[in-house]
Amino acid sequence: MSRQYVIRRILLMIPSIFGISVILYTVLALAPGDPFGELAQNPAIPPEVAAALRAKFGLDDPVWMRYWHWLLAMVQGDWGFSFASRIDVDTLILQRLPTTLMVIGLAQLLAIAIALPVGVLAGTRPYSIFDQVANTLAFVGFSLPTFFTGLLLILVFSVQLDWLPMVYRADLTATGGQWYWEQFKQSIMPVTVLGLFQGASLVRYVRSAVLDVVRLDYITTARSKGIGERAVIVRHVVRTALIPVVTLVALQMPIVFGGALVTEQIFRVPGIGSLLISAMLSNDTPVVMAVTFVLSCLVVFFNFIADILYGWLDPRISYR
Amino acid sequence: MAGSTPASLTAEPQGVGAAAAKPGGKPARFSPGREAWRRFRRHRLAVASSFVLGFIVLAVLLGPLVWRVPINEIDFAAKLQGPSWAHPLGTDDLGQDVLARLLYGGRISLAVGLAAMLVACIVGVLIGAIAGMSRGSVDAVLMWLADLFLSLPALPLLLLIIYLFRDSLKNLFGPEGGVFVMIVVVIGGLRWMQVARLVRAQILSIREKEFIEAARALGASPIRQVVRHILPNALGPVIVAGTIDVAAAIIAESTLSFLGLGFPPDIPTWGRVLFDAKDTLDIAPHWALFAGGAIFLSVLTINFIGDGLRDALDPRRVL
Repeated sequence: MSRQYVIRRILLMIPSIFGISVILYTVLALAPGDPFGELAQNPAIPPEVAAALRAKFGLDDPVWMRYWHWLLAMVQGDWGFSFASRIDVDTLILQRLPTTLMVIGLAQLLAIAIALPVGVLAGTRPYSIFDQVANTLAFVGFSLPTFFTGLLLILVFSVQLDWLPMVYRADLTATGGQWYWEQFKQSIMPVTVLGLFQGASLVRYVRSAVLDVVRLDYITTARSKGIGERAVIVRHVVRTALIPVVTLVALQMPIVFGGALVTEQIFRVPGIGSLLISAMLSNDTPVVMAVTFVLSCLVVFFNFIADILYGWLDPRISYR
Repeated sequence: MAGSTPASLTAEPQGVGAAAAKPGGKPARFSPGREAWRRFRRHRLAVASSFVLGFIVLAVLLGPLVWRVPINEIDFAAKLQGPSWAHPLGTDDLGQDVLARLLYGGRISLAVGLAAMLVACIVGVLIGAIAGMSRGSVDAVLMWLADLFLSLPALPLLLLIIYLFRDSLKNLFGPEGGVFVMIVVVIGGLRWMQVARLVRAQILSIREKEFIEAARALGASPIRQVVRHILPNALGPVIVAGTIDVAAAIIAESTLSFLGLGFPPDIPTWGRVLFDAKDTLDIAPHWALFAGGAIFLSVLTINFIGDGLRDALDPRRVL
């Protein structure tokens, strides 16, 4: 793993983020009306004031100039303020981001914790009963939309059994150990919904990765040296099979963010996804643009992590 | 040994080749279509899924002709009732018949899935074919574009586009048509990358085969080579990807409607019904369960059929 490779990958992120910003801004510019110009179109404001406002915000400039101004402002950290709550967009996002990242992170951990053992067991015993059951369940798992699983869990654990709170609360009044307990209890359902969905699709990848590795010659060599089956699986098969899986976990981030949006909406988790939805429902364009941009950047960042991990884990990859 | 693993574990592993070899040791020959059907039949869950999905499609197409309860007949006396003879799937918070609404909404949900898949496949095949046939910078740019689109978070972008364009399209095509066109185009437009990559990869390998060389030697134009000779041979993986895309598009549409940003309330797509039902989950769970069950069942069966088609259409798989 050379330092050059890492630096090159970091530099490669720039055109990606640039391309995404162009796409986002094109969508915004193609949209009818002046999404940013709501203030200038208010009939209570005299036309000369409106014209001055338009000139001040540069609404009459050509598209590429407006894009350039927008990009410069974004890079400099001036993301504007929310129409709805009159708070700077960046503070708003920074408030919400940790919750989202925590839910997503825990969900990914849960997904790996499920998918790894199940996938390895299924892959080492292909076409056994266990394998078929696991495969069918995996199909069921990723065919169940997250919003439906979420409602089902609420129905069972909140409405019927009354074990878990239906709504995620950011303002828990409890302190100390009680706080952690409550926090744990209200995180269970959002994390489970996301984790099961991710785990279901991951199981199939783990299984096929294991299947690919198991028939390689070095595994036969390891077996013939008299190493126990368990050690062969854990030390030799899983270690190699994990390489594509690690990459996949990072590459699935776009899907995870989509899922997080839905789960946050169902359980009212005050994260960046529910911020996006509420901003859309209240026509809060600066927030909508900034959140979409941040989500895209996070995806690019996780792709970068995937590449780095891939190069680090698999010495067969040549760093160009 | 590498190729001898059956493609899918839900297919029966034992008896491999039993149908292909007739007693007497002579291997039977089948036409490609029959061969695909033979392989598809082995995947029992896929066959069962075809029946279930066929039933859903028939119910959605013909159901409203048989079950003639209007979808918007409001009856507050009968609101939030569980299943009964008068309302087999119960009623919603306005006393409207859930069965009638699900049958009607299913048409739209399934139509969105199919139409979005068509958009994704057409765009994907076009871009993949152009990239595959033109080496060099065009190929590189198109594939960079595909990679860029792959790293876009689809759902937030979908929401963004719908948020920005909803009103103007509504004026252009009317409330139903506008939302339908937009959702189909956007979902399809964000899912072409997989198909494009598949087609490009297939073209890159097929175009070096002898029969393409022969076609080229006979003076076939590049377009004719692609349309007549390469694409028919590259169709299998595209069909499989397209099937999975239908399921993904149905989920995407339901997700949008579930977030309250899809179809307007008077068009009861399955996601929309679920969105309306989620607030009365404690009193009338049947409402949400039937709508969610419909989405789940359609998506699950389509995914299984896609898995079966993968077994059926990939000749490299030994089955």
